[in-house]
Amino acid sequence: MATGDVALGSAGVETSQPTPGTKEDISGATRKPVINDFNIQVATVNGSGSQSANSVLLRSIFGMGIPVSGKNLFPSNIAGLPTWFTIRASKHGYVARKKEIDVLVAMNAETAKEDILSLPSGAAAIYEDSQNLRQYRDDVVCYPVPFDKLTAAVCPEAKLRKLVKNMIYVGVVAKLISLDMKAVETALRRQFAKKQKAADLNWAAIEAGYNYASESLTKQDPFVLERMHATDGKIIIDGNAAAALGAMFAGVTVVTWYPITPSSSVVEQLIDYLKKYRVEPDGKATFAVVQAEDELAAVGMVLGAGWAGARSMTATSGPGISLMAEFTGLGYFAEIPGVIFDIQRVGPSTGLPTRTAQADLLSIAYLSHGDTKHVMLLPGSVRECFEFAQAAFDLAEHLQTPVFVLSDLDLGMNNWMSEPFEYPKKPLNRGKVLTSEDLTRLGEFARYKDVDGDAIPYRTLPGTDHPQASYFTRGSGHNEKALYTERPEDYQNLMERLNRKFETARTLVPAPVVLQTGKSKVGLIAFGTTDFAVTESRDQLKKEYGVETDYLRIRAFPFTHEVHDFVSSHDRVYVIEQNRDAQMLSLLKLDLPAEDAVRLRSVRHFNGLPIDARSVTDELILQEEI
Amino acid sequence: MATTVTKPNPKVNRLGLQVLDYRGGKTTLCAGCGHNAISERIIDALYEMGVQPERLMKLSGIGCSSKSPAYFLSRAHSFNSVHGRMPSVATGALLANKTMKALGVSGDGDTASIGVGQFIHLMRRNLPLIYIIEDNGVYGLTKGQFSATADIGSKLKTGVINDLPAIDTCALAVQLGATFVGRSFSGDKKQLLAMLKAAIAHQGTVMLDIISPCVTFNDHEGSTKSYKYMQEHEEAISEVGFVPHFEDISIEYDAGSTYDVTMHDGSHLRLRKLHEDFNPTSRVTAVKALMETHERGEVLTGVFYVDTQKPSFTDLLNLVDEPLATLPEERTRPSKQVLQEIMTRLQ
Repeated sequence: MATGDVALGSAGVETSQPTPGTKEDISGATRKPVINDFNIQVATVNGSGSQSANSVLLRSIFGMGIPVSGKNLFPSNIAGLPTWFTIRASKHGYVARKKEIDVLVAMNAETAKEDILSLPSGAAAIYEDSQNLRQYRDDVVCYPVPFDKLTAAVCPEAKLRKLVKNMIYVGVVAKLISLDMKAVETALRRQFAKKQKAADLNWAAIEAGYNYASESLTKQDPFVLERMHATDGKIIIDGNAAAALGAMFAGVTVVTWYPITPSSSVVEQLIDYLKKYRVEPDGKATFAVVQAEDELAAVGMVLGAGWAGARSMTATSGPGISLMAEFTGLGYFAEIPGVIFDIQRVGPSTGLPTRTAQADLLSIAYLSHGDTKHVMLLPGSVRECFEFAQAAFDLAEHLQTPVFVLSDLDLGMNNWMSEPFEYPKKPLNRGKVLTSEDLTRLGEFARYKDVDGDAIPYRTLPGTDHPQASYFTRGSGHNEKALYTERPEDYQNLMERLNRKFETARTLVPAPVVLQTGKSKVGLIAFGTTDFAVTESRDQLKKEYGVETDYLRIRAFPFTHEVHDFVSSHDRVYVIEQNRDAQMLSLLKLDLPAEDAVRLRSVRHFNGLPIDARSVTDELILQEEI
Repeated sequence: MATTVTKPNPKVNRLGLQVLDYRGGKTTLCAGCGHNAISERIIDALYEMGVQPERLMKLSGIGCSSKSPAYFLSRAHSFNSVHGRMPSVATGALLANKTMKALGVSGDGDTASIGVGQFIHLMRRNLPLIYIIEDNGVYGLTKGQFSATADIGSKLKTGVINDLPAIDTCALAVQLGATFVGRSFSGDKKQLLAMLKAAIAHQGTVMLDIISPCVTFNDHEGSTKSYKYMQEHEEAISEVGFVPHFEDISIEYDAGSTYDVTMHDGSHLRLRKLHEDFNPTSRVTAVKALMETHERGEVLTGVFYVDTQKPSFTDLLNLVDEPLATLPEERTRPSKQVLQEIMTRLQ
């Protein structure tokens, strides 16, 4: 934990104990303003209702046209444990986590000392004036605020004060970083759109904080906002809502789930959307949602529904994936479509349920016993959560197999800016399904026969009105006609065809995004939320070290040929990922020829916090021996 | 030499289908296995009720019992799933297509041990599924270990005595919300057939525990699931009569001693009291009768509980009339305007 041993250069250092509100003597006049490029952290207690206040701050900055991102670092707890919310404003549009905090709002007495000690030198800290945090740091700009007194003045009702207090800090921060109060009010009114009284009360609190800061605090830190136009037309959404929307526009009809952090909000938000947009004029639903007894049942229902022809899905996280293993093998072997969203959290076991990771890759790729492998889609933005949700249903029905979409807590539960989502251009791909007319025309039907040479057989749905429509679905050995068999050649033929089907999948899944100059010998590979840090790190490498890198972002497993081409055309390829065991690198090694596999190197980040650019840059410089 | 053979017209049901149209593959179970007799009764019931084979889904878990859907109704879609998890597969399938009839076949190990969690939640939901337990008290495919429905004190061939109490799947089902609960015996043709036909007429979860002796591992002296034990200890709570909706229902019955239940499709289930306090509309008396009979070492059979009023799971979800599985894209993918509206709100 840094204690700020770096001197503030020419800046003066506070030595005496000034009274609150008097001019502090730190640095202000001599420090160059830092505009639209800093990180705010609000430290609060879980359950104190700070979420609304933090949303208002985030949305206000967004409303000023400044690229912004927010991350909620919360405990696995209902109320009482510490929680931190960071808001990063970045004129460059960087949205990865930034480790250094520039402006701290220390609202949690329990962690206040630790919070202020962790600040870099020159940061600013806002805190309850009774805390006297100044004693711990003389290189941090301190803004003590009498929060309780200000809250009591605007909020006569004692039981609401805990909530209203949060809006006081919004006002203080607004003044200190030059937030446009019009943007703040717009964000607030949006937050409390249906609660006029609450909006008014909270606005009074924001103004009280703002006025206090205007009258009693003197700006001494360099962090300020200036209006930009970089967010015009953009939306703010979390990845789980985006995935839910994707599922709705994919025409999902059966949704099953067992609540688990951080995936619950996929289905909760989907339920809201479905109730609004998928109920017919007579009040009847074109969807079914079931809260199952556990994840085994959830995925069992998905496969039952997929078998009977529905577009079915579930959403879960690591522990749920483990429980789904057996059924997933059945889905692979009996060739049944279904979509499974895995919003990854930190494992193994219960792990850190409210922290992020990309560590379910290997277990999902080969989930279940025997020779199995599964298609995985790896969204790297909220927009891709929306698009890949749709792609997942098309692929699942086309390939007749379970398809996994691997998001993570960082992407799923945090708010992200995005271009508005585009309406799907292609009709739904419902796959190779034979009707009774088809059966009459064809005269014969063998459920597991490779008719078209792409290893994808034809299927019929229960209820198809034809005496030859039925077949026997089983997880035991079966031949082309779906009859039970233990004959060696039947089993081997089936397994070989499933392998060929996986090769077909390779040609259908989303291709990677490749950014290359053609000059660099160093390649970077990442996927999912690691992209945010890598994008920023590449700029750091270029700006600070003059190192140009090429970059490939994987978006699916099995890997398409572009991945092979990229690795073979670089001397050294760093695979950057958020897990301990270099899981993506392992998958690549299994897929690449030996002479290419040796080019791979690993950069890993696995402490539960989202990966940041500096960690990537430092590790690359170290390994490149620059 | 020319001979003229006059073929009699084959017997057909009300759909014009023969029993042959309801047959399945040749059984691979042991000769004399109770499960084979149950498959025969299922064929009879579906044939006599005139269920279109293509309109039925057969589902099962794992075990001897769960193999049996291969031995009846080849013209129906079938799904042999994983051990103990058939209820979830059936739930998904019925949500995808609520217009189908569904029949699930499970065993005592598949239901009362590995699958007890899913079994319990299936009962709670009142999914319109006929759930049959082919109950022999042992694991057959793994060669004769006790299952959780084996009675306390019952003896394996190897001499091992079961010292844990049996799970009464009927009492569980009654308590948890199944709306048609009964027990029968694979050797009781008449009762089983009537119960299966009534099950087909019911809309909601039908839970039938059918004692089905395992001739290889549990049909010896000291077993409470043997043919002999059942012949000596079966005690019917009621005489089960069934009049399908397409037959004349004017057959007289004694209203004082018989419950007449009108089923969803208009059929009539007639239960003639054989026990003093029999009341198929009371869960309390049903469970009490089950417990008391069990204490006496007897096996109570018959229909214990019927509720034709409780909405089924698919009713509760208020689904559109057509199968969700095959709704056209216009009804499952909202319009471009909807997406624009949502995007505007997110700005």
